[in-house]
Amino acid sequence: MRIDKDLVAAAATPLVLAILVEGPSYGYAILARVRELSGGELVFRDGMLYPLLHRLEELGRLRAEWGVSPDGRRRKYYEITPAGRRALEEQRSQWSAVTATFGRIWDLAADGGPTTAAAR
Amino acid sequence: MSAALDARITEWRAHLDRARTVRTGEADELEAHLREQIDVLRDAGLDEDEAFLIAVKRLGAVDAISREFAVANSARMWKQLLPADEAAPASRRETGVTAAFALLAGVLVLVLELATPGGSLTVFPLIAPSLAIAVLAAWLLQRRGVGWRPWLAALGWILVPPAIAIAYPFGASSDALPLALIHLPVFAWFGAGIAYLGGRWRGRAMQFVRFSGEIAIYYLLIALGGGVLLTLLGGILQPLLPGSLAALMQWWAPPLAAGALVVAGWLVEAKQRVIENLAPVLAAVFTPLFAVATVVAAVVYGIGGLGGPFDRDLLLAFDLLLLLVTALGLYRLSARDPRRPVGVIDAAALVATLGSLALDLVELWSLATRIGDLGWTANRVAALGLNLLLVVVLVGAAILGIRMLVSRGTSAALERWHTAVLPAYAAWALIVALALPPVFGFR
Repeated sequence: MRIDKDLVAAAATPLVLAILVEGPSYGYAILARVRELSGGELVFRDGMLYPLLHRLEELGRLRAEWGVSPDGRRRKYYEITPAGRRALEEQRSQWSAVTATFGRIWDLAADGGPTTAAAR
Repeated sequence: MSAALDARITEWRAHLDRARTVRTGEADELEAHLREQIDVLRDAGLDEDEAFLIAVKRLGAVDAISREFAVANSARMWKQLLPADEAAPASRRETGVTAAFALLAGVLVLVLELATPGGSLTVFPLIAPSLAIAVLAAWLLQRRGVGWRPWLAALGWILVPPAIAIAYPFGASSDALPLALIHLPVFAWFGAGIAYLGGRWRGRAMQFVRFSGEIAIYYLLIALGGGVLLTLLGGILQPLLPGSLAALMQWWAPPLAAGALVVAGWLVEAKQRVIENLAPVLAAVFTPLFAVATVVAAVVYGIGGLGGPFDRDLLLAFDLLLLLVTALGLYRLSARDPRRPVGVIDAAALVATLGSLALDLVELWSLATRIGDLGWTANRVAALGLNLLLVVVLVGAAILGIRMLVSRGTSAALERWHTAVLPAYAAWALIVALALPPVFGFR
């Protein structure tokens, strides 16, 4: 299953912020983590991640710093800021509301929803 | 990693660098990502070519990347992508507040007009521009949400000098009065800078330069439109209400001009992204034109001789041209990404600087002769001081500009130089406005 690109775009910001709550990270590792967490179903093209990171940086939700990896490679590490955590908290409650709503309607549907609704 | 692979990565990187929307630091980051990806794919058992192709494919086509970066880098576009909470929550309130401040500026100037009917020839023009700038500063300060210190500093800076100047007994046809009229607003404008930067001037002066250039552009546009509107209205009313054109210009143009200043400031802040894209274009168009203009003028005066009749008007025209060239150079720097390598426009800017320097020396020479023949006047001192200041600024700018072109360095040093001398302009404006009139007996 391939997730629709609009949905991926909507999920990208909270997903990146949530991954950085686990600790500072860099572009490649963030993508690998997304792939791992979603079981490969959520794919954002690598080139799309960096504009997002820079946008979040300019909004003050992330802090970026060039560093060096253990094997001597230059890497730009991103770290979440308090403002980023607040934004994530906000997004999280919104996503919870959305998923809870879907959970309810699909439970109803599984119980033979349309007929019950019509009967009311 | 083999040389062949390295070459392919370099080629890819060059292609990326040509996409102008991707900045150097960002391209570095993408390249690091690409190399990382290639390593992982190689570890998974792919050969170099396969790893490179798949890594590039995953990163996305260069044009797609640059499109994404264009979105990210021109902040205006991504404003549309922002979640609603940042897009425009307070915009309505903000518009209301701005309108209130614009109205305040207009009303204050109108009240000042009514309060100074007889003495309006000196008192009104001495205060009105600073008053309008003070309201703009207040509007900026309330936006910045700063404490009382910047308020006091900015408003005191703007309003105290004109308050002193109106106590001066200027002679009816004195030279000192026009000088004060010109220099007070210049000094006051730096007070608007204090407000714009929320009182933290150090290291951020360039932002204020950019603001100044942008507000000038908007203000000119508004003034043009407003002038046309008032003239048309006056012309239409004229048959039924004789004298309405003159009345409109005399009574309503100043308050409207004051209110327009706040509106122009608001346009700069609200439409930041529009003008940010416009500014480099304007700078790129006008820098070569000014370079040509200064060189032509310098050559003409170089051939035509220095002893020509340097009257007051010509002097003023010279100074305006020099100031305009310097201001344009400064504004161009403020719109320039300091990380960009030097280019043709930088060379044109250097030509304009050298041309201005030549002109300035011509003018200084003529001034010196005039002072030698005819003695000192307030006008000549003001012109001499300004031209000496400009010589220093231009020599510094020329040296740094040459160094920048030769070493293919960045514009950072030039920028530091220009911003470091900014306070000198303010100091000289204050001296001309407040110190010269008493020295020359208010004549």
